[in-house]
Amino acid sequence: MNRISLAGLSCLALILAACGGSDKADSKDKITVPKDPFPSTYAPYPNPSVFIANATIIDGTGALIEQGGLLIENGKVSAIGKDLSAPGDAKVIDAAGRWVTPGIIDNHSHLGVYPSPGVSAHGDGNEISGPVTAEVWSEHGIWPQDPGFTRALAGGITSLQVLPGSANLFGGRGVTLKNVPSRTVQGMKFPGAPYTLKMACGENPKRVYGYGSGNYPGGSPYSRMGNVAGYRESWIRAADYKRKWEKYEKEGGDAPMRDLELDTLKGVLDGDILVHMHCYRADEMAQVIDISKEFGYKVTAFHHAVESYKIADKLAEYGACSSMWADWWGFKMEAYDGIKENIPMVHKAGACAIVHSDSDIGIQRLNQEAAKAWADGKKIGINIPEEEAWQWLSLNPAKSLGIDGKTGSLVPGKMADVVVWSGNPFSVYTKADQVFVDGALMYDRSDAANRPVMDFELGQPGEGDLK
Amino acid sequence: MSVRHIASLIAAAACLALPVLAAPVAIVGGNVWTGTSQGTIPSGIVVIDEGRVVSVSKAGSPVPLEATVIDATGKWVSPGFISAFSRTGIVEVDAEDATDDTSASGSDYSVALDAADGFNPDSTAVAVTRVEGVTRIVVAPEASSNLFAGQGFVADTSGGVDTEISRKAFLLISLGDHGAALAGGSRPAAWAQFRAALDDAGAYPARYFTGNDGTALGRVDAEALGPAARGEQLILIEAHKASDLNAIMDFAAANPGLKIAIVGADEGWRVAPRLARSGIPVIVDAFSNLPASFEQLGATAENASRMMDAGVTIAISHLGDSSHQARLAIQVAGNAVANGMSHDDAMKALTTAPAEIFGLQGLGVIGPGARADIVVWDGDPLEITSNPDVVMIDGDVQSLTTRQTELRDRYLKLDESTRPLAYVKP
Repeated sequence: MNRISLAGLSCLALILAACGGSDKADSKDKITVPKDPFPSTYAPYPNPSVFIANATIIDGTGALIEQGGLLIENGKVSAIGKDLSAPGDAKVIDAAGRWVTPGIIDNHSHLGVYPSPGVSAHGDGNEISGPVTAEVWSEHGIWPQDPGFTRALAGGITSLQVLPGSANLFGGRGVTLKNVPSRTVQGMKFPGAPYTLKMACGENPKRVYGYGSGNYPGGSPYSRMGNVAGYRESWIRAADYKRKWEKYEKEGGDAPMRDLELDTLKGVLDGDILVHMHCYRADEMAQVIDISKEFGYKVTAFHHAVESYKIADKLAEYGACSSMWADWWGFKMEAYDGIKENIPMVHKAGACAIVHSDSDIGIQRLNQEAAKAWADGKKIGINIPEEEAWQWLSLNPAKSLGIDGKTGSLVPGKMADVVVWSGNPFSVYTKADQVFVDGALMYDRSDAANRPVMDFELGQPGEGDLK
Repeated sequence: MSVRHIASLIAAAACLALPVLAAPVAIVGGNVWTGTSQGTIPSGIVVIDEGRVVSVSKAGSPVPLEATVIDATGKWVSPGFISAFSRTGIVEVDAEDATDDTSASGSDYSVALDAADGFNPDSTAVAVTRVEGVTRIVVAPEASSNLFAGQGFVADTSGGVDTEISRKAFLLISLGDHGAALAGGSRPAAWAQFRAALDDAGAYPARYFTGNDGTALGRVDAEALGPAARGEQLILIEAHKASDLNAIMDFAAANPGLKIAIVGADEGWRVAPRLARSGIPVIVDAFSNLPASFEQLGATAENASRMMDAGVTIAISHLGDSSHQARLAIQVAGNAVANGMSHDDAMKALTTAPAEIFGLQGLGVIGPGARADIVVWDGDPLEITSNPDVVMIDGDVQSLTTRQTELRDRYLKLDESTRPLAYVKP
């Protein structure tokens, strides 16, 4: 009921704003910008109490528990540690020889907006109509029937951020999802997760706009200079928009005309929307940090961040995360300096390191990507315990999405987003046996009844197959 | 017996380019995966001389007195891996056209395009691939003007000016969605182009003497197609869909003299018994498990193991980013094991199978007389946390330094208190 009435109010606000209508009525009649016009309808699925016994547990905060137990009640982590015993009503899973971790969170995915099959009709991830499209939202391009979600689930992904692409300087809003199949995007949205804004540095915007469509010159930006001017001009407009709304909120009068693009940028300046910025080169990240200081916002995470190792100290000081691949490199100039030790070197510098995928294949084995980086660090003397490295996969991405108070580690009271692995997840031979989202068993490798099949794959070759 | 510790060899490998070991070398104490009937030998002894394996024996066997000893205790020893399908060394930066020699949509030629003409052993990707334990790369051009991509080659990954290149090791053609689009827009068009081209090759040179052009190919391409059309050269065909694979097998049955292999084959498991009977080998990427296109609807990570179980000769490669990440074939093979393949079969899919498919004599095995492409690993070669400690090509210990390791070493300490990091030269 609450949600319906709130949604109704939002519509009214939209209509009034669209008409330019407003009055000097008192504050309860003031027009506001709706913060959640497409609210989550996700609720945890029924989840009997589960006790996972005899497991090697990586708790996600950096600790390892041998021969540990994990109790899940009411969709939450209820207890974790050694010497726990199962309450009478709990289903017991004997995880002897197996490992348990928090669910993996991928903070860079295009599942749903670039789904499988990758046909032209499905390209909904880049609104390339202009270099600044902060007004678009990735959730409006997501096809919830993307079979890729099920493959990611089989890889232990319990939450993910779906981002617009990196064609634009401002690509639009990203959205954080629970990795549960649903008929609607709203049915996947992570309740209470803040919105994010996708921005992009470097080659992509200038290639798409300056050199796009085979036409040169195309339009601005042609250069990295144009990129930076584009960011700053937009922030100037956003600051002006924010001032107008603040004036209206304080003094009344005519409400400013709603502007979808500036709503999002204002959300960033207000601290409600987190900036996730595609940026490969170290020098560009340093420039972006200065831009953020000029306009008073924060970059939460640099994505791809192939050269973070060159400025890991500066990133630690500023407090931005780096979302990285283990070993991608060379496909364009700004990826030319990629090295295998980027992730451990960023971690060692005390900066926030995240393993991300940006790939419907990579998202299926982010544990392996972390393992490679972990081993490559070890080979050069950066010794990070596995249980500490797991923060790259769960807690750090959760922080970058503003959901670390709710998930990302196995701490009592948090969502029971849990993976039971067949062995050490730092091994290539290990697979996710069972995946729980909010305590509900959403995937079981050994039980076809607990392996979702998307609409698209019904009646097609390999329907319901082990994938 | 002169004994040197492995550490000094590794140090030498790091400092010197291609140190030549004059004396015989004995790799002692490792878990040796031979790829031969000798199987895996715990604490084995591999003796190498003049670029060849001299002997492979059990612990306690005699080691030549003059041999330099590489202590591989606690380590694994394997043949150098063979990247069965890559674009390594023919493109430096994919997005920079001038550095990309993989395809030529503006060319008048297709079959005659010889990828080896674009191979650059100095390409950073060659060294990056080598230090992961890959000693040979099969390199293919990419089809762009019609379904014929052109001539592929096999090279070692030494990166030197004397890199061994076996040109025209195979002809690559694209069928399926890609080939259909290139041939004019349909599978029937692709098959028509393919058959007409084979006719042209058969009619070469007589028809061309008269000044006539071919039906599908000009003189240069018709000549280049000759060896494949006569069954003297391997035809490697890109295709995925079960119906396309059946069409290829129908074609192979009607043309028994041709040598055919398939790359891709995401739906190969659906026709695996027939593939096995046909004797057509397959190069597969075990990561591929999404219905990425309508020709890959049946893709599953178990594809490779199911085909292997049916008796198909399987090589494993990483077909995703095959220019810079051909090295990931090893991770792909590990995943094949996680999805049903035996460890031994996955090892074969990186060694003996590609050697067999491409006719690479003396490669892919550690056995008497074999070429000494050998890797000493700090753990199970297929495990993602393992890395090579020694990489040997034809008996020469290779450098494990790459542009990437130099970048890494420059930035290990972010200390610019006295000088900029540009003065740090690892």
